[in-house]
Amino acid sequence: MNRSISLLAGVLFTVAASFVGLVLIPDWQFVPLEPVQLDDGTTRPVPPEGSVAEGRLVYNELGCIYCHTQQIRPDNFGTDQQRGWGTRQTEPLDHIYDEPPLLGTMRSGPDLANIGARQPSRSWHHLHMFNPVITSPGSNMPPHRFLYEAIPRGDGERPDEALNFPEEFDDPHHWWVPTDRAEALVDYLLSLDHTYPTGRGQ
Amino acid sequence: MTDDSPPPTSDSSASSAPMPEGSPDQESSPRDMVDRARIDASCRGPVLFFFLTAAAWLLIGSALALLASIKMHSPEFLSDTEWLTFGRVRPAHLNTVIYGWSSLAGMGVLFWLQARLSRAELRFQKLLYAVGILWNLAIAGGTVVLLTGRYLSIEWLEFPVWTAALLGLGFVAVMVTSLDTFRRRTHHHVYVSQWYLFGAVFWFPILYVLAHAMIHLGGATGVAQATANWWFAHNVLGIWFTPIGLAAAYYFIPKVIGRPIHSYYLSLLGFWTLALFYNWAGTHHLIGGPLPVWLTTVGTVASMMMFIPVITVAINHHMTMIGHFQKLKFSPTLRFIVFGAMSYTVVSFQGSLMSLRIVNETSHFTHYTVAHAHLGMYAFFTMVLFGSIYYIAPRLTGREWASARLIKIHFWSVAVGMIMYFTGLSWGGWRQGEQMNHDTMPFLDIVAELMPYFWSRSVAGILMTVGHIAFAILLWKMWRGEGQKRLRARKLEQQQEGPTLLARPEEDS
Repeated sequence: MNRSISLLAGVLFTVAASFVGLVLIPDWQFVPLEPVQLDDGTTRPVPPEGSVAEGRLVYNELGCIYCHTQQIRPDNFGTDQQRGWGTRQTEPLDHIYDEPPLLGTMRSGPDLANIGARQPSRSWHHLHMFNPVITSPGSNMPPHRFLYEAIPRGDGERPDEALNFPEEFDDPHHWWVPTDRAEALVDYLLSLDHTYPTGRGQ
Repeated sequence: MTDDSPPPTSDSSASSAPMPEGSPDQESSPRDMVDRARIDASCRGPVLFFFLTAAAWLLIGSALALLASIKMHSPEFLSDTEWLTFGRVRPAHLNTVIYGWSSLAGMGVLFWLQARLSRAELRFQKLLYAVGILWNLAIAGGTVVLLTGRYLSIEWLEFPVWTAALLGLGFVAVMVTSLDTFRRRTHHHVYVSQWYLFGAVFWFPILYVLAHAMIHLGGATGVAQATANWWFAHNVLGIWFTPIGLAAAYYFIPKVIGRPIHSYYLSLLGFWTLALFYNWAGTHHLIGGPLPVWLTTVGTVASMMMFIPVITVAINHHMTMIGHFQKLKFSPTLRFIVFGAMSYTVVSFQGSLMSLRIVNETSHFTHYTVAHAHLGMYAFFTMVLFGSIYYIAPRLTGREWASARLIKIHFWSVAVGMIMYFTGLSWGGWRQGEQMNHDTMPFLDIVAELMPYFWSRSVAGILMTVGHIAFAILLWKMWRGEGQKRLRARKLEQQQEGPTLLARPEEDS
């Protein structure tokens, strides 16, 4: 094989063909997807806006995807649904507003596709984010105390938003108050709910 | 049949041996030696610069890897520093070892191999220095951005767009330079390594630019970004690193043992089936995900077809090596490269099987996949890079490696470390997958069961880092000119010694 032209043609053709097949064609398939209309007149999914969109950026910049997926597998494949992580397989429709989709590839921690529906408590999420072992003994998730501000207790009153620790985790010297980033991140997590019907079979 | 025969010569016999594609002749004429010396001299500056800075990124990447690994079993470790949190050091590790170590060292090997095989000097040294500096600055800047958090979580593509633009721009010069060498080749015959190198310098920029256009610049919608992501990430391994690794294996194995590659036709078949099938395999990373089933099935089919190029290469390399395994004792180059070539076979077989739904159901989303990824990028590609550098660097500087002991420390600590890394995480990861598929097992119990395997990874990581430090010291000494001067080729052939060899053949045989 000594003709560089045929070598070049083969090299370009092989990669171009796979790009069309694996990237462009699926893209054309997803572009026409429209949100679903629910009985109460609202539509799903909802594009992330305001603090949810900000929280989504915090989720990105803390690298949550390196341990958490956001995709439920079909019910005959793995036990995602039996674990209560979701009620149906995730579909392309669920991610039409996601730039980028945060599907993830690793489950060092549980799936979060429906964490807003599974764990709707705001204070739970804050405690868990501050130090995961408070809510989940044995967890190896890193604590995110840097998302919270320590306010010396002194004589001042307890701020309303200060975290309410169980006794053994209480810090007698400080009140710990969520920063805007922590609030946005929890807003985003609470927004993760893909339990709505899509009108498609499984 | 031997028109593909590369260069018979032994690792020891100096800047040695001829590169007679086209002739199985082992004798190297004085003219050949002058040619090779001229070609090596043309590569010296830029290639050494790429190797040295790559080694620096290897050390940085190892430190980041250790941090990430320790945090997996001891989450409180350095946890109050946001820029050192797991979600930062994990992508910083990947990007420094991929774009820093593997790509920079890979390009150094690529320049030298292409020049030697084309029997043409490397030109545009100043441009290549500029590219090297540009890549290093861009990676440094991109890594700082990653650690400070201004990035999007897109695996293998976390660097900000400006970093990617600089890397892409630099690569254009790499492509032009490499093609310029290839175009001036003085031999009609094109050796199999040259096809792979030729392919790689086109494939990488195409992948990199298209992936950014589709993801960062908004070309693709929703989960199509995920397919673009895995089309890219899988292909970076498949048609950027793998071709360089195979080009080096195809060059050095015959070169060091001194016999031509087993079969020209097998290498031809291996190259084209790799080009054809590897490209389509990436969607197996999304099995069970929110995509049309046809898309992941294509990935599975292509992964199974990969058995063809892999078996082809394995047969070709094994048949070349057969009867010469005792040479592993003497040649560091051969030792690293044979380790890498064998790992290539293993990792490819494993990867094909992991694309089957029945295996993927358990292995997906677990540390089993992490072990597999390191078997590819480390046990195969990085080991081949080490072996190549052990051969190339002395020919650039005209000096031997400063210490055979350090080479042995390097080899054994990374080899043992890698095997420990792989067995521990594969075993633990597979159990993790099985337990996850038992819906009654609480998640936190699975985490608890993984702990010993996380610890074993940290120990393995420390071992590998020790090896990297030994390697970096050797490379530093090489650059400082601390090794013995290489003897003239003729003389060395008789003497057969110098630290480049791990033992003296005479003593053992």
